Amino acid sequence: MNTPLLGIEELSVGFDTPEGKARAVDRVSFALERGETLGVVGESGCGKSVTALSILGLVPSPPGVIESGAIRFENSDLIGSPPEALRRIRGRDIAMIFQEPMTSLNPVLPIGRQVAEPLMVHRGLNRKEALDQAAQWLERVKIPDARRRMGDYPHHLSGGMRQRVMIAMAMVCRPKLLIADEPTTALDVTIQAQILALMVGLKQEMGMSLLLITHNLGVVAQMAARVVVMYAGQVVEEAVVSELFGRPFHPYTRGLLRSMPDPAGRPDGGSRRLSEIPGIVPAITEAIVGCKFAGRCPHAFGRCREQAPGLFDIAGGQRARCWLSRFPERRRTDA
Amino acid sequence: MPEAPLLEVIDLAKHFPLGGGIFARPTAWVRAVAGVSFAVRRGERFGLVGESGCGKTTVGRLVLRLLEPTRGRIEFDGQNILALDRAAMGRLRRRMQIIFQDPYSSLDPRMTVEQIVTEPLRAGGEQRPRAERRCAAAALLEKVGLRASDLRKYPHEFSGGQRQRIGIARALCVRPELIVADEPVSALDVSVQAQVINLLQDLGEEFGLAFVFISHDLGVVQHLCERIAVMYLGAIVELAPVQRFSREPRHPYTEALLAAVPLPDPRRRSGRFAMEGDVPSPIDPPAGCAFHPRCRHALDRCRVETPPLIQAAEGHAVACWLNDGKGLEPKGGMGHGA
Repeated sequence: MNTPLLGIEELSVGFDTPEGKARAVDRVSFALERGETLGVVGESGCGKSVTALSILGLVPSPPGVIESGAIRFENSDLIGSPPEALRRIRGRDIAMIFQEPMTSLNPVLPIGRQVAEPLMVHRGLNRKEALDQAAQWLERVKIPDARRRMGDYPHHLSGGMRQRVMIAMAMVCRPKLLIADEPTTALDVTIQAQILALMVGLKQEMGMSLLLITHNLGVVAQMAARVVVMYAGQVVEEAVVSELFGRPFHPYTRGLLRSMPDPAGRPDGGSRRLSEIPGIVPAITEAIVGCKFAGRCPHAFGRCREQAPGLFDIAGGQRARCWLSRFPERRRTDA
Repeated sequence: MPEAPLLEVIDLAKHFPLGGGIFARPTAWVRAVAGVSFAVRRGERFGLVGESGCGKTTVGRLVLRLLEPTRGRIEFDGQNILALDRAAMGRLRRRMQIIFQDPYSSLDPRMTVEQIVTEPLRAGGEQRPRAERRCAAAALLEKVGLRASDLRKYPHEFSGGQRQRIGIARALCVRPELIVADEPVSALDVSVQAQVINLLQDLGEEFGLAFVFISHDLGVVQHLCERIAVMYLGAIVELAPVQRFSREPRHPYTEALLAAVPLPDPRRRSGRFAMEGDVPSPIDPPAGCAFHPRCRHALDRCRVETPPLIQAAEGHAVACWLNDGKGLEPKGGMGHGA
């Protein structure tokens, strides 16, 4: 059996806050195969971004601390790696793009130089070679008139163009894994479609793996082969994309899917209420006995409030952190 | 005889100066809104959609006269609001309220919920005693799904969704007839978004409110609104009843916008085209139809002449030169993404 490219095992990340210790990531495990696109979805504060930052050793510390777990990338554990080794992997084997390109682009450096830099640092190219490849990459990500714009600064570019520059910068060293954290959230929908199409094309061409972190279920449905759903720091469901959207198991996943207005519009055009998930996400400082979703779950029964469920196998690789997998008769049909 | 509209906007425009200074003349003008006309009936939910920079937010601000237009006319209940003096405008504001996108920056952190919710009352010169106002505020909080005991709390004690509920209670406090809601759920998570959408829908029906919903989210607007106007670079390019909007888009931009939305259904993947190019600058918009550089149907005429917004079918207007000004041919009732 092939080992996956990336394996996260029982990862826990805590933060010290004025309200006490907060567990942002709570024993999260998942794996990513070579060439695969894995979507990680969840709402704000579910721990999806902190999980991604942990992979790169970028969790701000203090206040953040990786409390336990392992992150295996090609058989080496990134958590134990010395900073120097991590720096080598970062940018060369694993690259990351963020929601807001302005926070990761250097505002006082021309874009050509920024795209060329990883090539000089990680691949040992000289300046001329690196700039030449950078220009090719800017053309590849469809920056119009790329060669002439090498000297432009990030503020000269629109949001969509900046995201293209970020992608070029991430791709120059041909990483094995690209982590994209809400890569299109700040963009308009027509620009989002362009960026997603660009990412799909590059991924196929380079055979890299993509870890796509987003709150947007539409983006996940269009992009991912497999999906991990997170809630309050935990993985609550994992499935191939067709199962997740076709036969979601966890009441939270079901609630999320049903609470979305249909972007294709309603056939009748008449008004109807959306299905709601009542209540709000618990604060991460809150100590919860039992299932963290029980307080909002229409199916919750005694067991859910007393004992935390494990991530149980459902079928065909689908897993759900829910007692209903053991007590199916408890699922209410009216909810 | 059709009922007179509650709100009527006629050829509304707003140009912002660029460059210059206090004494210097501006070097250019941003035509944020370039001549927009529409009407909203009593109790109607009207949607204004488009991407960033299309001018939808500016239209919302103009309608409430939070900004003064460069030209045009705004009538509320038959009254020309641009002719009103400060005092009269203040009185009129009780009938039209706004809900903002950001539930964090739109509430004053030093005010209690009671002060926030009753502020429009005080601003409108309400003379009722404080106890009575408090009572009204408590009832409103319960109406929007909060508790009367929340009156004494401060905004930081609430989540994003709860803050948006406070903003809604504030807007409702003066029993308005029209609410301009500018991206009211965009900052909220999906599960909370559904709660707030349902709340707005229920309150709208209960109080017979008319809404102008401003949003970039086509799903939300189609869910909530009866009619939808699509804006591109300061102008309305299509105005359609919701039933027609996604089924028979007539403007190529509407079609592209609908096709760009990623559907939450892995069985309906791709086959969609990603429209090329960025939105042009409103400082120097293209000649002719502003959309022609990105339009895959553009004709020669589109590059020179600006198409007017004209009726293409019953209640359905489009600004497009295709098919003699009727825009795209309806695809025989085929749904979006089919």
